[in-house]
Amino acid sequence: MIQLAIEIPYWGQSLLRVLGGLVAVLLPAGTIVYLFLFKMMSFMQSRLGPMEAGPYGSLQLVAEVGKWMQKEDLAPDAADKHIFKMAPLVVLLSTFLLVVIVPFGPDAYFTNFSVGVFFGLAVASVSVLGILIAGWASASKYSLLGGLRAAGQLIAYELPMVLATLGVVIQAGSMNLQDITVVQNTGAIFGFSGLGNPFIITQFVGFVIFMIAVQAELTQAPFDMPIAESELVSGYMTEYSGFRFLIFFIAEFATAGVFAFIASVLFLGGWGIPFSWFGWDTIDDVPDWMNLVGPLIMFGKMLFLTFIIMWVRFSFPRFREDQLQTFAWKVLIPIALLNTAITAIFKVAL
Amino acid sequence: MPDKPKVPGLFKGLGVTLGILKDTVVDGANTVQYPHEKEAPPIRARGVIALHEDNCTACMLCARSCPDWCIYIEGHKQLAPPRRAGGKPRQVNHLDRFDIDYALCMYCGICVEVCPFDALFWSPEYEYSEPKIADLLHDKEKLGEWMETVPEAPALEAGAQKK
Repeated sequence: MIQLAIEIPYWGQSLLRVLGGLVAVLLPAGTIVYLFLFKMMSFMQSRLGPMEAGPYGSLQLVAEVGKWMQKEDLAPDAADKHIFKMAPLVVLLSTFLLVVIVPFGPDAYFTNFSVGVFFGLAVASVSVLGILIAGWASASKYSLLGGLRAAGQLIAYELPMVLATLGVVIQAGSMNLQDITVVQNTGAIFGFSGLGNPFIITQFVGFVIFMIAVQAELTQAPFDMPIAESELVSGYMTEYSGFRFLIFFIAEFATAGVFAFIASVLFLGGWGIPFSWFGWDTIDDVPDWMNLVGPLIMFGKMLFLTFIIMWVRFSFPRFREDQLQTFAWKVLIPIALLNTAITAIFKVAL
Repeated sequence: MPDKPKVPGLFKGLGVTLGILKDTVVDGANTVQYPHEKEAPPIRARGVIALHEDNCTACMLCARSCPDWCIYIEGHKQLAPPRRAGGKPRQVNHLDRFDIDYALCMYCGICVEVCPFDALFWSPEYEYSEPKIADLLHDKEKLGEWMETVPEAPALEAGAQKK
């Protein structure tokens, strides 16, 4: 774990991990909401967005959270109250479980999972459960339709996501995200090691499929059928107010951040800089200061990827339900399967 | 068959949003930060209706043509001194009350159109919201004050006055 001169007791380590997890989930979420949802979307519509709360509206989010916190925690009469109240927490839980596998530096990780990719893809599906619970327990037809649409969509797009990841796993020869990072940064392109070998080059098809699937998993437009506001009010979130809506909201953008973290590990080389720059050979040669620089590099890559996600979100109109399913099953999955097969052939042949 | 676009529509769309993003960052937004800076409405904007009291004869045409019945007029007849020495005193309508209820008004402008004596005018002024709805009833003094904000009528087209 973290190499420090003083011995940290177990409870201290746990506390540090909890705090680190909170920062790793909430900081990207806040940054994405302010930078992209408030400002970038406004600029793309030729307006300035929030400007009053704090300099350039930077405290707008604090005001919004305050507003949500003081609203009444309503539940419909017919709703299954306990389950209704639990659902947002289940969705947020999957986000926190997901961030566990992300390495932020040579020693700065929450756990060093040898099957990290497998765990991540499994845990990402827990949010589907939360959304289905929310849709069913609300006892509202809009919520139910939204929840069913979400379930159909998230399951359909999980498959291309898994298959796109599979290409990376085959090429790296490991399911450990730390190993995948190291492989990319120690690699070389035709003997040239100045860039490492980020998998976005060899697995570009996989990267595109992964980002499309992430867009759909996050139910961001053009894949926002489950919360289509012109048809379903707000889908599975219709009946939620105040604090519980806030949790859904945080979960949406925190998950965007965490998926961007995972995508940057899988395809952009994660926290690392090409090891040849400093003459490192293995992960043991990496000095301790990378534990501080690594998270910053990750944050930068996360911002770049969420910029793409949000850019697409603000540019395209929504798919129809059948187009959405057709796109997943008839386009993405065959391409992803083909990509996996070709990667496997190259891996064996070379 | 329309021409096939050089760039696929998906990327063209991304280009549009990114272009506007760039324009907003470089040149500023199209919007105005309202309470800090005010937008100048066009001079023929329908902001508020002003009353030129001296022209009003309390003929009630505006009140009767108002679709919302939001104009309240009261007047009485009184004698005015004769125009020429030795003549009979004239009978004129004197305006006692002229109120427009802007809580009801729908800014159709029929009253301005229908007034035969040019007593009503459009003003582009738009900042007269009130905390209490009753305060949106503007009496004739207040409607008279709006006259200051009425812009000069634009010059008539050449030949417009020829019979």
